[in-house]
Amino acid sequence: MTILKVSGLTKRFGTTDVLRGIDLEVARGERIAILGASGSGKSTLLRCLNFMERPGGGTIALDGQMLGREGKAGERTYRESELIQVRQRVGMVFQQFNLFPHMTAIGNVMEGLRTVRGMPKPEAEARARKELARVGLAEKADTYPAHLSGGQKQRVAIARALAMDPEMLLFDEPTSALDPELVGEVLAVILALAEEGRTMLLVTHELGFAYHVATRVIFLADGAIHEQGTPDEVLKNPKKDRTRAFLASHKQFSF
Amino acid sequence: MAYQWDFSPVLANAPLLVEGLVNTLRITGTALVFGVALGLGLALLRLSPRRYLSWPAGFVIEVFRTTPPLVQLFWFFFAMPILVGIEMTPFMAGAVTFSIQSASFFAEVFRAGIQSIERGQWDGARALGMRHDQAMRRIILPQAVKRMIPAFMERAIELMKTTTLIATISYADLLFAANEVSQKTFRPLETYTVVALIYFVVIFLASQVARLVELRLARSGESTVH
Repeated sequence: MTILKVSGLTKRFGTTDVLRGIDLEVARGERIAILGASGSGKSTLLRCLNFMERPGGGTIALDGQMLGREGKAGERTYRESELIQVRQRVGMVFQQFNLFPHMTAIGNVMEGLRTVRGMPKPEAEARARKELARVGLAEKADTYPAHLSGGQKQRVAIARALAMDPEMLLFDEPTSALDPELVGEVLAVILALAEEGRTMLLVTHELGFAYHVATRVIFLADGAIHEQGTPDEVLKNPKKDRTRAFLASHKQFSF
Repeated sequence: MAYQWDFSPVLANAPLLVEGLVNTLRITGTALVFGVALGLGLALLRLSPRRYLSWPAGFVIEVFRTTPPLVQLFWFFFAMPILVGIEMTPFMAGAVTFSIQSASFFAEVFRAGIQSIERGQWDGARALGMRHDQAMRRIILPQAVKRMIPAFMERAIELMKTTTLIATISYADLLFAANEVSQKTFRPLETYTVVALIYFVVIFLASQVARLVELRLARSGESTVH
């Protein structure tokens, strides 16, 4: 039931090793929260999984199928057409939403269906309405992103990703750019998706949310998995000092 | 002693000037259409990561941006027949010159517009599984074009004024007609005042239309200025 298998994944920007050999196996229906200080490589890891960044080394297999092929020097090469297939199967939600400002909310959600899938307009529109309703924004269908709140924008972005029927969802700090009072509505939508049994990887700073929604928590440090386990193991009884220090700094002012 | 203005001889030759204006609009319109299309092509080539595409495009852009349009015009009109045996009418030579010349400027406007779009827009498009060309056509260009309108208008106005050079190879544009009228009437002051006024009115009207378009686009979501 493994949907994603990552082995020895590395990534280097210039002379900095951002990822130093990540091994990760994700089963269908798993919800993995990825934690770590800034610069620990968590966003890069996520971006490598749908090839927004090309991995430097290591392999990624999606649904048992190894991606890319072995090059001459032992590095893997990827065809763009293959990566485009992968991105259609692995949805992504960004910190900055990245909605298309020249399209209405429903236009944003329809865009992938129309341009990538070639779906006829009435069908795409019906599907987009359904997805907007799912995130509670049916009545905002004809609104441009400029007139939506941050939380609404992120919910449209989630609807946009869902419309493509992804087998797995990647959330890259989905609430970090939001005003505090708007975080809840986005987390509620993600929680609802979790309850549907969707497979998701979530980079987040919301420890409480991670605790409730995740089936597994991974703590990244210096581009490697430092500690992982159930939310109870990692968040309540961390074994490693760095994990403890990270959690302490995040809970410094909680009561 | 004050100059005695007399516009009546000039106005009597109005049909000549009107014909000249029509020809000016024809050459401007032709160069604008081909210049924009060619400019987009050049910009896309120049932005390509493949050097064998981006370098030639960059070369064409730089050559036509850095040489005087009058020299280019003479080159196409006088040198082409000798070098490759292609005989061109003044209109054709002008259309070719001003199309490529304005294309090299439009290319830079397109490039700046495309590059001004945030990386996140590419991310959003790619994450849906779009190919590069689909993202460019559906997501990047529509936003870039909106931001380009002011610079674009500036270039179009510049182009219309540049086309006056075509009078030097005997194409009967507005300036050429003005020359004729002023020699016929011995009223150069009046003639060129009227011609300047015509250029002013046409360009001013065109820029007002552009401003309206810009406002309308701004209302649909994002504005051109952030």
